[in-house]
Amino acid sequence: MQKIGVFVCWCGSNIAATVDVRKLVEAAKHEPGVVYAADYQYMCSASGQQLIKDAVANYGLTGVVVCSCSPRMHEATFRKAAQSAGLNPYMLEIANIREHCSWIHKDVESATEKAVILMRAAVAKVNLNVSLTAGKSAVVKRALVIGGGIAGIQSALDIAEAGYNVDIVEKKPTIGGKMAQLDKTFPTLDCAACILTPKMVEAASDERIRIYSYSEVESVSGFVGNFTVKIRKKSRFVEEDLCTGCGLCAEKCPSRKTGNEFNLGMDKRGAVYIPFAQAVPKLAVIDPAACLHFKTGKCGLCAKNCQAKAINFDKKDEIVEEKYGAIVVATGFNPIDPSPFGELGYSRYPDVITSLELERIMNAAGPTGGVLLRPSDKAHPKKIVFVQCVGSRGLRGCDKPYCSKICCMYTAKHAMLIREKYPDTEVSVFYIDVRTPGKNFDEFYRRAVEQYGVHYIKGQVGKVAENAGKLVVHGSDLIMNEQVEIEADLVVLAVAIEPDESARKLATMLTASMDTNDFFTEAHPKLRPVESPTAGVFLSGVCQGPKDIPETVSQASAAAAKVVGLLSKDQLTCNPCVAHSDELLCNGCSACEKVCPYGAITYQDKEVNDHGKREVRRLAFVNEAVCQGCGACTVACPSGAMDLKGFTNRQIMAEVDAICR
Amino acid sequence: MQVEKFTPKIVAFCCNWCSYAGADLAGTGRMQYPENVKIIRVPCSCRVNPSFILRAFQRGADGVIICGCHPGDCHYTSGNYFARRRMTLLFGMLDFLGIERARTRVEWVSAAEGARFASVMNDFVQKVAALGPNRRLGDLRCRDSKEVEK
Ligand code: FES
Repeated sequence: MQKIGVFVCWCGSNIAATVDVRKLVEAAKHEPGVVYAADYQYMCSASGQQLIKDAVANYGLTGVVVCSCSPRMHEATFRKAAQSAGLNPYMLEIANIREHCSWIHKDVESATEKAVILMRAAVAKVNLNVSLTAGKSAVVKRALVIGGGIAGIQSALDIAEAGYNVDIVEKKPTIGGKMAQLDKTFPTLDCAACILTPKMVEAASDERIRIYSYSEVESVSGFVGNFTVKIRKKSRFVEEDLCTGCGLCAEKCPSRKTGNEFNLGMDKRGAVYIPFAQAVPKLAVIDPAACLHFKTGKCGLCAKNCQAKAINFDKKDEIVEEKYGAIVVATGFNPIDPSPFGELGYSRYPDVITSLELERIMNAAGPTGGVLLRPSDKAHPKKIVFVQCVGSRGLRGCDKPYCSKICCMYTAKHAMLIREKYPDTEVSVFYIDVRTPGKNFDEFYRRAVEQYGVHYIKGQVGKVAENAGKLVVHGSDLIMNEQVEIEADLVVLAVAIEPDESARKLATMLTASMDTNDFFTEAHPKLRPVESPTAGVFLSGVCQGPKDIPETVSQASAAAAKVVGLLSKDQLTCNPCVAHSDELLCNGCSACEKVCPYGAITYQDKEVNDHGKREVRRLAFVNEAVCQGCGACTVACPSGAMDLKGFTNRQIMAEVDAICR
Repeated sequence: MQVEKFTPKIVAFCCNWCSYAGADLAGTGRMQYPENVKIIRVPCSCRVNPSFILRAFQRGADGVIICGCHPGDCHYTSGNYFARRRMTLLFGMLDFLGIERARTRVEWVSAAEGARFASVMNDFVQKVAALGPNRRLGDLRCRDSKEVEK
């Protein structure tokens, strides 16, 4: 029989004003197992906690019930107090008589009655509590960063700087991500490559950082501190340790039909190519879909010309398996394809382009060498119209409901840069709202309007049409309250950004949750913004929500700090409230294994002694370090062998009984 | 004999991560709902064994509600889907036994939906109250002797 102490908190007047605490204490004294009951003004205060400790010592308590605020608030506090009194922390339960009683009721009599019942249920539960010990698991001191854009690079650099090993897995042949494609960055207008490429080089040369480029995560198993990840190293058909990145193969390649991804298909690349001049790692890669050798079995010009003998057409994908203590997700984003917005004519008119395409056109390393030429006839556009919020903040089928956050600022940047370089160009911007909530952002936007004379029109664009060989943008001007038509040589769409398409598959592998837009969800929207709800998985950059570069970098560093905090521990304490299978009841049917979302249940043949009968049986076995304690298996088990520690069938039944008594 | 106003006994199973937190938020926001709702905390809606519900009805509960995270939001990814499927089967069977559909319910309440928690409970209590006491499954042997005498 337990010896239970019941402690009733007044919470000042928060509880005591609605619940008759004295009555509650008296009622507690009559509950089975209760040997001591008391009330106190603030149980969570140091003296309140002392009350528990003293009672444990004086009355030899084996169990404690605290009637107070929500267990989500102070369960940990009180369990620590119990522990310091020499009690197993899991011998303590909370009756939530504040959030679930005193705060939501007004009538003292009925609220007290309810509080008594809640107390009763907690006492009934504690009568069945047993000591639980949390297991320990070792922490693998290596982190994995998935995605090699600025977010992933920054996280990796910070983790490495703290002295831990870290691997970057990037699915493209080079790290750098979207930022590598940008020309200038707002609001300082410094050149993206000049600030990014040194970081790429730094990551590549740091001995603690290993870069798996052109690689993808195949599978993830394990748990915080001990993830096992399989990585597919896609074949480049080039030996990585031989290739010097000289680029001769790319020069000699006769196939010139494939759109260059780095320039968004605005120029062509060979079947063997180096993504861009500053690529890291600077290695050639063969695109088998374009390569003549793979199509016809002939050619092989690259192999003939390669002095390093690096070309290997027979190279296969390789799967490597690594162990990690923590994982950072930094999968980033893609601009959406604006073709479904037929009225804007993106797929009809070559001179309707996206902002990222404009970014490449303005970049000195881009398809036009940095000269502003429009795609159709390579002429200088004299009239440029920007259309904001294409696919953002909309409720139509292909729209994204959210604000993509970066478009207002990059459009101001583009407009400003164009007016600066080509003062004779007329620039107009159709916008719904201009959002500039960042340091020096509004000043930047105002400069575009006031100093550079960019013409901002508040209103939406109805359609882009062609009239006598000229593009005409039809829109509304909400301020002048009129319809406007503007001729344009070039139309630039500020399209929405969406999470990378790999994110959903990855979320499933990591059992990390996502919102309806496929952005990863954080553990708490305000207080834990860089952790995913899955322990050991952290979020960095746009995979969690639209962000600009400074924000991405801060989040990346924050995620790295969390990772370092985790890796600095040698061992982690596991949650002891895990599933447990009764050997004598288990019939090895696999029902539990099928519902376990973590793969925590395995089967083993084991000899059991069933009332004197010895036999070898196939039994379910729960890996306590992997089990998260959801309890799905306990219900699936047809023989009642599975139970959940801390929330056993008997405990919950006892609560039901106490409530219905 | 004086007829007392019938106040149903309601047992609410709330998952720790969403609905229990939602109930806490209802409390923090001082949103009123009837005293006869008593909450039992479970780690996830999928922890709720059909036998708990049967037991509650046998012991004289008049309504049982299970609250979990919204589909797709379960802390354990898929627990609420299990709960939904299991409860669909169970509630169908209970209906067959004479425990009306309105006495059983599954609701999704997130940690941010305090107001929704309160309104769900108000609505549920009202519907159950309208049905009167659960006489069908209430097992007399399970009840207090005092109550049997009544
Ligand atoms: S944790 Fe809420 S339903 Fe699973």
